[in-house]
Order: sequence, then structure tokens, then C-alpha cells
Amino acid sequence: MPPLLEVENLRVSFPTHSGRVEVVKGLSFTLGRERLGIVGESGSGKSMTGRSILKLIRKPGQVTADKLSFDGIDILAQNEKQMRAIRGARISMVMQDPKFSLNPVMTVGEQIAEALVTHQKLPRRDVQARILDMLKAVRINDPERVAKLYPHEVSGGMGQRIMIAMMLIPEPELLIADEPTSALDVSVQAQVLDIIDDLVTRKGMGLILISHDLALVSRYCDRILVMNAGRVVEECAAGQLENAQHPYTRGLLAAMPVIDENRDELPVLDRTQWAGT
Amino acid sequence: MNAIDLQNLDISYGDTKVVFDVNLAIPEGESFALVGESGSGKSTILRAIAGLAPDWTGSISVMGKPRSHHVDRAVSRQAQMVFQDPYGSLHPRKTIDAALSEPLAIHGIGNRGERVEAQLKAVGLDQRFRFRFPHQLSGGQRQRVAIARALMLEPKVLLLDEPTSALDVSVQAEILNLLKRLRREQGLTYLMVTHNLPVVSFLCDRLAVMRHGRIVEIADVAQLKAGQLREPYSQELLAATEGG
Repeated sequence: MPPLLEVENLRVSFPTHSGRVEVVKGLSFTLGRERLGIVGESGSGKSMTGRSILKLIRKPGQVTADKLSFDGIDILAQNEKQMRAIRGARISMVMQDPKFSLNPVMTVGEQIAEALVTHQKLPRRDVQARILDMLKAVRINDPERVAKLYPHEVSGGMGQRIMIAMMLIPEPELLIADEPTSALDVSVQAQVLDIIDDLVTRKGMGLILISHDLALVSRYCDRILVMNAGRVVEECAAGQLENAQHPYTRGLLAAMPVIDENRDELPVLDRTQWAGT
Repeated sequence: MNAIDLQNLDISYGDTKVVFDVNLAIPEGESFALVGESGSGKSTILRAIAGLAPDWTGSISVMGKPRSHHVDRAVSRQAQMVFQDPYGSLHPRKTIDAALSEPLAIHGIGNRGERVEAQLKAVGLDQRFRFRFPHQLSGGQRQRVAIARALMLEPKVLLLDEPTSALDVSVQAEILNLLKRLRREQGLTYLMVTHNLPVVSFLCDRLAVMRHGRIVEIADVAQLKAGQLREPYSQELLAATEGG
């Protein structure tokens, strides 16, 4: 089977007063129907990578790549109309904060329905049934009631589950989750990720999980890319993270406190290369 | 002497009561953590101590002196708060120097220049940052400024509301090291709100687990490290952190 997504030499740049600044500098990877984690700190270019796959980077930002193909389709050559047929239907994206990604003046049910009927003509009765099924799939106990609520009437964790329902209802082949749980409580985080994990495995989708949390990514992914300053510094299987070689990855791992913490001081990354700012 | 003493504390926002019957004694020099899910009332307790949630009953004492319901300058000099979001907690149109000098001006303390220089040094910021604006600083540097601002009045108690949760892992490590060092050097008492149990393990001596506005368990950090929290809810939190 050909890979779902092929990325070769992806570059994203933005103009500044002192010339164009590249935030993603020549990234290459391929993705099959597997779970890939992209980890890095703020400014490492991980979110820009996710957005460029969906062609969501607006001018004056510029995306170039030797190859950016999804299921044989050259993403960079698609126009906006063609992209609309891909976004949501074939590749969808869960963003960080449900508070800003849900429409405040539409009920939950209407929003999920919109995501579905935009890509598929269905009788109204079927739409309703699909919505309730999907809400059940994201473990919302009382789907009839929740479908009639507005986003401000649900909690953050439930909001994020609704987002996931909305993104998965057109049954995309690839889900990009950009920090899907960093706005949520620790106790809810695991729940939301379990749901994503469960649905992704069951439907055989590809998943790109973008996060700054190494531990979390290693728990939910098969393969991990560690990014720093626009480049991949390390690629490894999730289980092999402890054996990471690159000093940056090792630094990140060491800087995290653990539950049984007896170190007097946490090691910090040497930032001298960025000094002078 | 107890640095913070809370007795039968109930806190409301308008008609909604959010914290119920909290009793807590934190001895001077201790680092104490409040953990629990969002909405459990942990931040509200800090806000009440700092005077930002004035609708409470019961008693709050800071360094042995009971707090009034109004703006209380004596408490401000003893207890200062550091907020979660370093982007939101600094005035965007004021230089670092102005932000750090303001508490001194309010409390009529002289010798401001030297004090600003001294606190910048204490939090590990170069003097060249003194006349910059917050947007010219990184998140970690801004959080250092927020800590320096809290230390300007030389308080005995710091109220830390998720001080590192908006920061990257490596920056978080720097700020945690800084907090640990400041406490050692200045004999501070910390009351910290967090949902990150490893951070508690690194920085604190004791912790209280909160749920639905009540304290369900007070434990020693050694119990946390050994995974021996008593209440089922505390165990649940622990399991969520470790990934089950």
C-alpha cells in the first residue's frame, strides 16, 4: 500500500523586517495508517507542519516542498475549491481549545450535522442518527440532550469530545490533532486521548498527534519525531524514547520532573545559542 | 507560627458557593500544594488570601495576623501572588522597570532603583531587560519578571497559581529551579496551586487534594512519591498522571 502522506523537504517561511524567516526548514517524513507524534517546544515549527498539510497557512506565509502528497494528490497544486473537498472529509484537524473552535451560536447537534452534510447528502433522519451515534462514540452518555446544548453549556472536556465527534463524523482518513488536550485537566486528558486512540485504531485512520508533552506522545503514538527550531532532530519508535540519542531530546526528557522526584535541581537546556536576545 | 492559617473558610462568587469549610495550617517555611481538577476551588482559595475574592466567611490569617475583607496593605506586604499566564499578568504598555517599581510606590518605599536591580538579579535576569516591554521577552523571562514583581515587597509568603503550566518543559525546569532556590535563600513559604503532581513532588513538602470545593485529603509528599495516597479520588489523579 502506498503511504497515506508523503512530505519531502517541507519549508514554511514568513517575511519579517529583516528578510524571510524559515520556521520549518526542510522537513521530510512519510506516514502510513499509523500514529505519528510530533514533539517540540514553542516555536519549533510543529504546528506549522500540521497546518501546511491542510494548506491552512495564509499569505504572506509561504509553503514550499519537493513533495507534499496525500494519497497521491499533490496538496500544493490544489486550489481552494479542491482543498475544501479534502479538508474535513479526508483530512481533519482537532485544535487546541474547544472554547475558540466551536461556533457559540449553533447548538452542538447543528454543528456536527454541518460537518457531515457539507461533504455528504443524506436524508435528515439518517443525519440525526449518525450524530447520536457519533456522540455515543465519544462517550457522551446522554446524546439527545447534549446535541441540543450550546457550546457554553458544556465543560472543556466535553467540548473537546464534541470537536472530535465533529472531526470524525465525515470519516476522514487522516486526523491531525494539534495539542488536543493541553487546555484540559489531567484527569480528562487521558479520557480524550483514549477516545481518539480508540476511534483511530478501529477505523484504521492515520493520526498525527502534535504536542509538547513527550510522555503523552510516547504513550499514544507508534513513532515520534522530535523537532527543534524547524528541523527534525530525532526520529524513533515510541517505545525507544528512553534510548534517545540526540542531546536535545535527552535534555527535554531530563528536564521533566517525575512523580518520585529526588533530584535537588532539574537539568536545564543550554540556551547559550539563543543568548543575546 | 503559621504562615497561613485558614479556619472554616467558605468562599462564594455571588450566590454560588465554591469553597466549603476549608481548614488549613501552613507553618512558616513550608511549601504546600493544592491539587485537584478545574473548578475544585483551589485557585479561589489563593484569590481569597490575596484579597481578590472578597466574599468569604470564616477566618484567614497571614503570618499570624487575621485578614480583613477589604484591601489589606499589611497582607500585601506579607503575601504576594504569581499568576499562571505570564502573557496576561504584565501590563503591556509598562516597562519591566515600571511594573517592578509600582508596588514600591504604592507602599511608599524609597530606594526603588536599587531594589529593582536587586530583584532582577535574584530571579536571574540581566539588567538590560529592565527598560524593555513585556512583548520583547520570552514566556520564561516574563514569568521571571512576574516572580520578581511578587518579591518586590519582600513578602514572606508566595501564592503561586499554576506558575509553570503555560511554559515549555525546559523553561518549566528553569522556573522550578528558580522557585526552589528563592525559597532556600529567602526562607519563603509557598502555597502553590497545580494539577501537575510531578511538580509537587519536586517543589513541595505537603499537599492537599481538593474536589468539589472541599479538601478530601492532606498528605505528605513522601506518601505521594510512594503512591500511597489514601482517598480513591487522589489515587485517580495519580493514575491519570502516570498513565495508568
